Amino acid sequence: MQKYSAISLAYHAFRGHRHWQRAWRSPEPRQHYDVIVVGAGGHGLGTAYYLAKHHGLRKIAVLERGWLGGGNTGRNTTIIRSNYLQDESGGLYELARSLWETLSQEVNYNVMFSPRGVLNLCHDEHDLKGVQRRVLANQASGIEGEFLTPAQIKKEVPEMHVACPRLPVLGASLQRTAGTARHDAVAWGYARAADALGVDIIEQCTVNGFRIEGGKVRGVETTRGAIEADKVALVPAGHASVLANLAGFRLPIESRPLQALVSEPLKPCLNTVIMSGAIHGYVSQSDKGELVIGGGADAYNGYAQRGSPHVLAGSIGAVCHLFPQFRRLRMLRSWGGVVDIAPDASAILSPTPVENLFINCGWGTGGFKATPGSALAFAHLVANGSPHPKAEGFTLNRFASGLIIDEHSAAAVAH
Amino acid sequence: MKAVAKYRLPSGGHIDRSQLLQFSWGGRTLHGFHGDTLASALLAHGIHFVGRSFKYHRPRGIYTAGVEEPNALVTVGRNGRMTPNLRATEVLLTEGLNAVPQNAWPSLDFDLLSVNNFLSPFLPAGFYYKTFMSPAAWWHKRYEPMIRRSAGLGCASGQADPDSYERRYAYAEVLVVGGGAAGLAAAHAAGQSGKRVVLVEQDWLLGGSLLARTGETIDGEPARAWLAKMQRELAAMDNVQVLPNTTCFAAYEHGMWGLLERLRHHGTEQDKPNAPRQRMWWLRAPRSVIATGAIERPMVFANNDLPGVTLASSAATYANRFAVKPGDRTIVFTNNNSGYVSALSLIEAGVEVKAIVDTRPAPSGAMAQRLLECGVTIFPGHGISRARGWHDLHHLRIAPIDEEGVAQRGGVLMSCDSLAVSGGWSPVIHLPSHQGAKVQWNEEQACFIVAEAPAGMAIVGGAAASFALAQAVQEGATAGASAVGATAPAYGAIHGAEGALDCDSIAWIKGKRGKAFVDLQNDSTAKDLALAIREGYESIEHVKRYTTTGMATDQGKLANVNAIRIVSKIRGLPMNEVGVTTFRAPYTPTTLAAFAGRELDDFLQPERITPLHDWSVTLGAAFEPVGQWMRAWYYPKAGEDMHRAVQRESAAVRESVGFMDASTLGKIEVRGKDAAEFLNRVYTNGMLKMPAGACRYGLMLNEEGTLFDDGVISRLADDRFFISTTTGGAPRVLAWLELWLQTEWTDLEVWLTSITEQWAALALNGPKARKVLQPLTDIDLGHEAFPYMRFREGQVCGAKARILRVSFTGELGYEIHMAPEAAVSVAEDLMETGAEYKITPYGTESMHLLRAEKGFIIAGQDNEGTTTPDDLGLSGLCSTKKDYVGRRGAERAGMRREDRKQLVGLLPENETLVLPEGVPLGAGELTPPFPILGHVTSSYMSPTLKRGFAMGLLRRGHKRHGETISALVKGAAVPCKIVPPMFLDPDGERLRGEDA
Ligand SMILES: Cc1cc2nc3c(=O)[nH]c(=O)nc-3n(C[C@H](O)[C@H](O)[C@H](O)COP(=O)(O)OP(=O)(O)OC[C@H]3O[C@@H](n4cnc5c(N)ncnc54)[C@H](O)[C@@H]3O)c2cc1C
Repeated sequence: MQKYSAISLAYHAFRGHRHWQRAWRSPEPRQHYDVIVVGAGGHGLGTAYYLAKHHGLRKIAVLERGWLGGGNTGRNTTIIRSNYLQDESGGLYELARSLWETLSQEVNYNVMFSPRGVLNLCHDEHDLKGVQRRVLANQASGIEGEFLTPAQIKKEVPEMHVACPRLPVLGASLQRTAGTARHDAVAWGYARAADALGVDIIEQCTVNGFRIEGGKVRGVETTRGAIEADKVALVPAGHASVLANLAGFRLPIESRPLQALVSEPLKPCLNTVIMSGAIHGYVSQSDKGELVIGGGADAYNGYAQRGSPHVLAGSIGAVCHLFPQFRRLRMLRSWGGVVDIAPDASAILSPTPVENLFINCGWGTGGFKATPGSALAFAHLVANGSPHPKAEGFTLNRFASGLIIDEHSAAAVAH
Repeated sequence: MKAVAKYRLPSGGHIDRSQLLQFSWGGRTLHGFHGDTLASALLAHGIHFVGRSFKYHRPRGIYTAGVEEPNALVTVGRNGRMTPNLRATEVLLTEGLNAVPQNAWPSLDFDLLSVNNFLSPFLPAGFYYKTFMSPAAWWHKRYEPMIRRSAGLGCASGQADPDSYERRYAYAEVLVVGGGAAGLAAAHAAGQSGKRVVLVEQDWLLGGSLLARTGETIDGEPARAWLAKMQRELAAMDNVQVLPNTTCFAAYEHGMWGLLERLRHHGTEQDKPNAPRQRMWWLRAPRSVIATGAIERPMVFANNDLPGVTLASSAATYANRFAVKPGDRTIVFTNNNSGYVSALSLIEAGVEVKAIVDTRPAPSGAMAQRLLECGVTIFPGHGISRARGWHDLHHLRIAPIDEEGVAQRGGVLMSCDSLAVSGGWSPVIHLPSHQGAKVQWNEEQACFIVAEAPAGMAIVGGAAASFALAQAVQEGATAGASAVGATAPAYGAIHGAEGALDCDSIAWIKGKRGKAFVDLQNDSTAKDLALAIREGYESIEHVKRYTTTGMATDQGKLANVNAIRIVSKIRGLPMNEVGVTTFRAPYTPTTLAAFAGRELDDFLQPERITPLHDWSVTLGAAFEPVGQWMRAWYYPKAGEDMHRAVQRESAAVRESVGFMDASTLGKIEVRGKDAAEFLNRVYTNGMLKMPAGACRYGLMLNEEGTLFDDGVISRLADDRFFISTTTGGAPRVLAWLELWLQTEWTDLEVWLTSITEQWAALALNGPKARKVLQPLTDIDLGHEAFPYMRFREGQVCGAKARILRVSFTGELGYEIHMAPEAAVSVAEDLMETGAEYKITPYGTESMHLLRAEKGFIIAGQDNEGTTTPDDLGLSGLCSTKKDYVGRRGAERAGMRREDRKQLVGLLPENETLVLPEGVPLGAGELTPPFPILGHVTSSYMSPTLKRGFAMGLLRRGHKRHGETISALVKGAAVPCKIVPPMFLDPDGERLRGEDA
């Protein structure tokens, strides 16, 4: 792998940038792999990377229906935080958050992790109690965070109308070590680093069937022919139930559209991430200068990557309410992704009823932040057959056993 | 009269020369005419250089005359009305307009960041992914702030927007998008049917490309006369609504369209400060005619971005519509016939065209002939290999090219002050694409078109690559007529632009030096595209994201097709295999506040108040927002704080009597022959055998088997129930019940009606409740006559009422439901008859305290997402004989484990302490990190117990009564005794109260 650095950039500048190598190859699929990962989102590519790096596996393929990173990885609003309510989630998200801090160096690709702080606002007594409880629970389990009064919020975010006339801001949690990252770079960085470790990334290759013998997976059928594998790891996000269906089992997942939008670019005008569950909107500013705005998921199930205008309008309204000086700005682009929501709003990293077939899904509206942690833990599960210590509770059979990990309060306004 | 601006043509144009307007550009005072855009007014003064590009901060001029403008972005207005990133080509000139350049510091002429242009070898596409990585902490601390400062375009005003926005919902049989020749013909044909038609046009003038040309005729008359006639006739049709200044920015599912109507032009908002600035229309129209025209493409060559370079059709627009000439010596560079049309049009308007450079070896016959006759030099088989200049264009290097577009030796250097380019045309197919229409490359016209229009949509004219005027009009008329089931009117002779472009596949002149821009605003070059592909970012989506091509504020209107062409060339793939990136709404940037409309500030959400609100206000109540409701929180007397008020109120209820406004309780009437069966399925306890006149407390679970909501069910008749829900849960419960009825149990005959606001409610509680109420009602309140958990209908203070004998305090309680109009007088009468017992109005805080003393839960406070009735000690309410929603979920092994979090009572050892709600529980010293065993859900100071007490969810809680646990309060571990969650009157003796 060519090293990326300021020096290499300068060196190549003098050679007219003609000698940069491909970030990843575009190989033909082999006949057989040790592990096939289905889905080249951040989670899938990361899984392949850690399988190769930590578990010494060499014959790994990642199969992707479209272009790598084109699923929710390339559509999300990149909020990263770990101040979840339940211990299990806190542990896994905090693992991920700590990995973010050095991910650029790990994969030698600048993913632009920006710990600029995330505020979760509360607008009534009930909210307030919930947030205070979460902050205390986080502090108790060693996750950084603090509670801010309206006066403190005003200082942190002078742009915001804290004492807005309806549903004024009564308090907020602030996680200073939380923030944002560049979504595409995460997919590309993992892809490049995995490729360098010999992982075959095969785009335009849809998995449309499984070879299962005696309850064991033997390979996959794809639009580019059958490929054998000892193990298959599914990381298909919104299409999880479709693939599970092909493998003959059902998932308790609902796939729903989730939308987001950006404004036209502006000079810096907001330095933190602001989220409000009660009025369903959140906003941050990208490095390019666009305000990045989102809110809740649509209420119906569907696979079209677009959603209902009134839902989007609601998120915009929430942001306009809190930031009167943003009202005149303009929406440049809106889009949607299909998010995979589990009944308890927590992820699934699990073996399946089919032996050697594993699944990683259910990240729903908020899995970008988990990318490195999820990938690391899932690689562990796929390689060893046993869960990573930070991801023990996230099995599929929790829905049968009833040991659910409820994160609805964390995911009400997602992310 | 001011001197006419230097580049203003002496006559012509759709401007009103009698209205001279003064405006300010970057502090300079200039003049223009009504009908000018800011761009045309600047050009009239010879000002091309108006902006700086995003990355290299290169000088940029006005490139187009419309919504596709990538360069001429300006900030308009002052204070809270300052609006960044507006395209000068779209801003109507108004008196006193104040516009300034942006993204340049310290000034437009001398911008420090233009060093980026010279550092560009170090800043290729995606450079930031390859560097700024060490040391790790510097990204956020050093590099990112620097990048953020140099990125971005204009500035947000930093002040509240003083204007208001409006929303409107409407329906039309047919929506016509685009008021050019095709759209007008469509609306006219559809309008004849009498059906409701809406025509939208983003410009303030109708006419589209007709405004940019002269000499065309339709139906035998000059196009301008036809245009006027159409407008007159459309205006005369009551069923047709013509909306100029209105952009159809999105097409949504099921015939829903987003329209943004601009009601006030920039700089005129203050004239009518209370009138809305813009109006958002959500229009339903099952049928539509897309007549959105086409956008010309640039040519890609070195320094194709210099101020002075414009699209050829835009140059013609400036000449014909605004009577402004692009320069004194213009050269046209084209790869298709339309460049000749524009050149001729410029000449007719009086512009000197020096030469026409055509990539095609054999340029088109008749028009070429005419140009030669006008003394224009033609360079066939040539390209422009490089433009020269910086703040303005002064020379062009014209060179012969080979079949690949590579510039050859030789050629000439020609001086000029403006260049008009045409690289072909791109139909505006955004709206059909929003609806997922597949697009395909049309080789003949060299553009992407919609392969198959979505149902109900017809695409006509330029939008369908029908570039001939005659064809556009005919298509429009046919589509408009067939949208209403009529046959198309016949048009007489139409003379106008020819349709065939004969567009060359060469749009990129490969030279040795200089930057050849593909995306002008984001500064991505042909070299950047090549680099992306070299590095493996091959998919067009990867190319876009890696180079940011097409991601600027014009969203690739100019750049995308050229980028796809270049990628297709480099990769050796056909255009259709390279494909397009997804078109996304909005078509052009759309004001955020217009989405919000009036629902901001005080109107963000309705504030719901009860019929007793004003009455509570008179008593000095403090209010608490609960969802949208304002609820009386406590009623302080003079000098009382919340704590003292609540202690007094609560004690009064225990000792004598009090009442609270319970009107916000959600109320739903459930009716139909299967009502009992339905409720039996959604509540955990049995409902079938409940007699009319009975009440029951019931729990609703979700499928997981965890608590969803609770409330009281009263049976009014065999087929009629009245259920209450939590205040905040009412909409959720109604939606949930409807979901079951409409999707799962469609065989049940049940109707649900929300009656929350039809019934006001007062909860009267305390040992003396009967004494207070009996004199006011005809219902016999005797303990035997009206037992606990029953309800009666009758009169209270002369008003019709339903009384439920229920209690959320553990005292004798009556919940009086009555018409909202009656509530105040009932409250007043209660105060009067209760005076001798010192009757006390109490608020939600006392209610919370009183119910907690009895261990009653508040759904949403004492449970969390995983809490089952069993965890709350309520398994007695869950029938084992019937099935109900959530039963199977709750029966799973994990839902019954002993180590679950269960509801317990907590008594801090320090009796004066009130534990803060939410604090974590754990064992021992609680030094973080420690395992959290639970948390405090409710906590109060009890005036009756004279100590602080609390409830909480605790692991294995049910088995730990009598043990001690620590709560983390302000960093210290506070020991608490674990007790059953019942602090008072465990046998319920107080429920009987005193006899009347
Ligand atoms: C609008 C929006 C905003 C969001 N905001 C945030 C946020 O702020 N913070 C946050 O943490 N999370 C956010 N999320 C959620 C987050 O994006 C996802 O949870 C996360 O990116 C999932 O990553 P992934 O790699 O699992 O999925 P994806 O990136 O979706 O990858 C799955 C891949 O599988 C491929 N695939 C599917 N089926 C097949 C098949 N049969 N064969 C081959 N390949 C297949 C897909 O094409 C896709 O590329 C948001 C999501 C959306 C849509």
